[in-house]
Amino acid sequence: MQKDRKKAALHDLLLAAGVLLAAGVLSLLLRPGGGGAWAVVSVDGQEIARYRLDQDREETIGQGDYNILRIENGAAAVTEANCGDRTCVVMGPISREGETIVCLPHRLLIRVEGGEASGVDAVS
Amino acid sequence: MEKKSGRAARYALLTALALVLSWLEAALPLPAAPPGVKLGLANLTAVFALYRLSLRDAASISLTRVLLVSLTFGNAYSLAYSLAGGALSLAVMALLKKTGKFSIVGVSVAGGVGHNVGQILVAMGVLGTARLAWYLPALLVSGVLAGAAIGAAGGLVVRRVRL
Ligand SMILES: [Zn+2]
Repeated sequence: MQKDRKKAALHDLLLAAGVLLAAGVLSLLLRPGGGGAWAVVSVDGQEIARYRLDQDREETIGQGDYNILRIENGAAAVTEANCGDRTCVVMGPISREGETIVCLPHRLLIRVEGGEASGVDAVS
Repeated sequence: MEKKSGRAARYALLTALALVLSWLEAALPLPAAPPGVKLGLANLTAVFALYRLSLRDAASISLTRVLLVSLTFGNAYSLAYSLAGGALSLAVMALLKKTGKFSIVGVSVAGGVGHNVGQILVAMGVLGTARLAWYLPALLVSGVLAGAAIGAAGGLVVRRVRL
């Protein structure tokens, strides 16, 4: 009994360690690049707009289902939305190539792309 | 026999508890978290039901919770999202529990990870992009941490609470 419990604890530990190791390897593989140049907006996988990150602006995406995108100091963020879960708002500003903001209820994806360097390297 | 009504009451109680935990979680989002990074507090009731009732009970409690929470907060997409998370989490937990090789903490860790991975997979499908893999590391780590915490709490509750 005691032995079984020790064995189970070992297995628990190995499981947790394995997952954490996988997370570590993945984060090395998928690490975001340097400062991006564009905030690319897509809905249902279709690109609908792209905005320069080095020009501050505010855009309302969608009408009934809306998300307000604000670009400020080289970073893009959703500042307001009526999606219910508001995960997109909580996700905070993104500025590095490959970073994304998702609003699943609205099937909205905002991602930072590189390209013409904007010279901005804000830390998110 | 009173056994039947006792079961119904237990079931109702756990479902209500799962709802309260979900709402609590929705009211207190983690700052700057990627999508789906929630503590999965409601998973505590799933773990409890799995150990003290049955897989079937755990599944229907989770299903009821997801339906009610999505009706309140979300839409069809967030429903699909939560459903996938709940289903994968429960499937993984039931499987690991069956092997008998893990404690409740290990089972719950797998459940936490399954919960987050299930959600991100559906999100990838809906948004038609594999780019969301970018969130996987954070989701894996938070799944392990939340699962461990829930497993530890669940272990106490399963031992102490007579329901
Ligand atoms: Zn949103």
